[in-house]
Amino acid sequence: MDFSNFLLMGQEIGLIVVFLLLFSYDIIGSEQSKNRWFHLIACIEFAILTIWGFVSPLPAGEAFGGMFVTSDLTVLMKNILNIATLIVFLQAYSWLNKENPVRRSEFFTITLVTLLGMYLMISAGNFMMLYIGMETASLPMACLAAFNKHKEKSAEAGVKYVLISALSSGIMLFGLSFLYGALGSFYFSDLTLNVVGEPLTILGFVFFLGGLGFKLSLVPFHLWTADVYEGAPTNVTAYLSVVSKGAAAFALIFVLYKVFGGIEVVWQHILWWLSVITITLGNLFAIRQTDIKRFFAFSSISQAGYILLGIIAGNAQGMEATVYFIFVYLFSNLAAFAVISAVEHASKGNTSIAAFNGLYNNNPKLALLMTFAVFSLGGIPPFAGFFSKFLIFMAAGSVGQYLLVFIALLNTVISLFYYLLIVKAMFIKKGESDAVAHFSSDIYNRISMLICLLGIFATGILWGVFSEQYF
Amino acid sequence: MNILSLFVVVPVLMIVFLFLSKGMKQIRTIMVTGASALLVLAATLVVLFLKERAVSPDAEMLFVSSITWFKPLNIAYSVGVDGISVVMLVLSSIIVFTGIFSSWNMDMAKEYFLWYCLLSLGVFGFFISIDLFTMFMFYEIALIPMYLLIGLWGTGRKEYSAMKLTLMLMGGSAFLLVGIVGIYYTSGQASMNLLEIANNLHIPYEHQRWIFPATFLGFGVLGALFPFHTWSPDGHASAPTAVSMLHAGVLMKLGGYGCFRVAIYLMPEAAHELGWIFLILTGISVVYGAFSAVVQTDLKYINAYSSVSHCGLVLFAILMLNQTAMTGAVMQMLSHGLMTALFFALIGLIYGRTHTRDIREMGGLMKIMPFASVCYVIAGLASLGLPGLSGFVAEMTIFVGSFQNTDTFHRVLTIVACCSIVITAVYILRTVGKILYGPVQDEHHLHLTDAAWYEKVSAVGLILAIAAMGMLPFGVSDIISKSIVPIVEKLAGI
Repeated sequence: MDFSNFLLMGQEIGLIVVFLLLFSYDIIGSEQSKNRWFHLIACIEFAILTIWGFVSPLPAGEAFGGMFVTSDLTVLMKNILNIATLIVFLQAYSWLNKENPVRRSEFFTITLVTLLGMYLMISAGNFMMLYIGMETASLPMACLAAFNKHKEKSAEAGVKYVLISALSSGIMLFGLSFLYGALGSFYFSDLTLNVVGEPLTILGFVFFLGGLGFKLSLVPFHLWTADVYEGAPTNVTAYLSVVSKGAAAFALIFVLYKVFGGIEVVWQHILWWLSVITITLGNLFAIRQTDIKRFFAFSSISQAGYILLGIIAGNAQGMEATVYFIFVYLFSNLAAFAVISAVEHASKGNTSIAAFNGLYNNNPKLALLMTFAVFSLGGIPPFAGFFSKFLIFMAAGSVGQYLLVFIALLNTVISLFYYLLIVKAMFIKKGESDAVAHFSSDIYNRISMLICLLGIFATGILWGVFSEQYF
Repeated sequence: MNILSLFVVVPVLMIVFLFLSKGMKQIRTIMVTGASALLVLAATLVVLFLKERAVSPDAEMLFVSSITWFKPLNIAYSVGVDGISVVMLVLSSIIVFTGIFSSWNMDMAKEYFLWYCLLSLGVFGFFISIDLFTMFMFYEIALIPMYLLIGLWGTGRKEYSAMKLTLMLMGGSAFLLVGIVGIYYTSGQASMNLLEIANNLHIPYEHQRWIFPATFLGFGVLGALFPFHTWSPDGHASAPTAVSMLHAGVLMKLGGYGCFRVAIYLMPEAAHELGWIFLILTGISVVYGAFSAVVQTDLKYINAYSSVSHCGLVLFAILMLNQTAMTGAVMQMLSHGLMTALFFALIGLIYGRTHTRDIREMGGLMKIMPFASVCYVIAGLASLGLPGLSGFVAEMTIFVGSFQNTDTFHRVLTIVACCSIVITAVYILRTVGKILYGPVQDEHHLHLTDAAWYEKVSAVGLILAIAAMGMLPFGVSDIISKSIVPIVEKLAGI
């Protein structure tokens, strides 16, 4: 084996270095110094990793006989995940320091391990690699969901997540075994030529898609989403809804385009229906929620449906649109979660939508940021969400899926209805006696909000620059 | 910089300065300065436009410029104006200007004017765009501030109305966007530029067949097309004064303008084949809106239904597909925009003093506030089409143009639509008679004051514009009609 293969894994190695540094600091450092410096150091190290991913010219190629593939696109995808993770780290400050100062470092190390798993999913050139990456990402994720172990709901979320990921892994492996049986290989490059519309292959594909569907929380594999999102600590929910979902979507793109590109006709039908029911049901259920985290769980389900809309195109335009969509979604959704976690801490753990009543009177800046975030999620100009949704629709339109575009557009109207409910709560409803008083959030969370705010505006209006840079 | 881009830059600057402003005085200064700048800009544009047109009479659009925005899809920020857009820009700047004076004393003025500026930004951007994407973007920018403007500063069932209005209009834009995606991919060469699609490309009829209804309906919802007009009465009744003015006066015109510029202009075959369906719907709008106005008792509802009727007439005239009727349609947009804004300004004035809009609870206001009452009478007369005021010019042109279609179907519809003039007279005179004349209904009203200076500015400005258009219709129709020629030629050429 040639050790130069490892050079291709620059980002993974960087991640492991950060992980080891934090881990050793956790062991060596005194309690006092950790209380003061750990969060700052963790964020700085991770920020350096993120920036390094953007500025350093990372080589493209295959390593380990095609097991591991890296290209400009995978680098970009990992960078996107990095930004999101960095924002989540920044947001976690007050939660970790007030509720879990002892296990602060665990949060960072475990999160970094899940991130490593997601890197591997994206860079997989082989189904086994994809599977290992998925497992590496899933199991620690259950620990994160159960992080507030003294809270019943959090523990419940952890158990649910473990059970569901076990089930989905089982389903996925079952499908993979069919594929192996039919085609005799796990390497993407071998499979590409051999995939034809044989029943066994299609069966394998369907099971595989089901397994990945759990991660993306597509309807009908979405049942765990609301419970886990509600029970898990808010910052973990943010991580789940953006990073975990984004990684699954990226992996799905590669598998669909690389391996199953030949049977586009088959999966386009499946995805068509999946995306229609995902968007519609996600929206309809979101309307009825009274808890803000459950609300965003269903909103993120319907957003996953839009992601499928881009994937369905099956061409380069669809791929660009999907990546861009997730990039924008990251800022919008994390901006919302920044406000949610700030309000949650100020109101002593109240996560009902009623906690937002009259927010504008007491905390106008937070209310404005939340408004921008939900408008961006709902696809209103001049926020970035409008541009990314437009690109998604254009991608679906490029293969003549006008009906699908229309259904999705009608759904944006429904989604606007419930996003406006939040806006209404913040601006129009007068806060009762339990309204959140004026407070100022910690400096870390403020930085995360600033990043999100810049993202919501800049990624939209400067989309032309973005496209020239990366596609 | 292109003079047209200034129409977008000025509202943006106003927003920035508003953010930095403190105190009512600064806010008012910023708003009045900005709006005056827009007014001056619009006047300058008219002069420059006439000059430029004399130099190059064949150009379809003037002051065209384009900046590539998103290369892979050929999306550009492209601007350009013809006579129709110039007229609409003038209308918008007049109403934005007068609207500020009608909302002189607002609670939370800073936020209010921020959303107000965003709304005007969308409106101006829409009228100058000739790129489908940019146009659609500005269209949506104009829609969203409505929710907060009505929901926060409105009256009555404001939350319900705000939500209804926003969702119905967004539903319309769903139709519109699918139409735009369709136009982009079926016109042959991936292009978003209106002029390029209209002049060089052709959308096959089998696609026009679904894109035309989608875009027409999409814009039609904003133009209060029956049966999608129901947002309009609720929305206008609940909105604060200036927002009703801007919405009925300008935003509803976005619908008519869009039908014209996108639906008819790009898909002439489908307009010929399928126009009759929408013609029937607009015919219903015209008559039904007028009848509904007769039975209302709330002043704002009366005016909102009358807007449904008058805006229905705009779409009706557009679908007649000939030069005269289309010229009339644009004149009607202008005329209705001015007079409905005047109406809403005066209703806001009256409501601010009497605290009721129910016509049964008012009477004899002419004795109490003569200035406002006289203005109301003038607005009413313009609305029912008295010669010398703008309504007459517009409606006359529309009906003459409509009757030029010689087949029975069009003629019957024209006659039916003509009836609306009579019904308009009924509800206008009924209202005027009830609230302005007769005995004073409520003795508390006797102590009310007449219009304050800022309300007078708003009313007089609008009356001057209405009278100018009524007395000198040729200036306006000259600007408009030359720009309609290419559209009519395109319709005739198939």
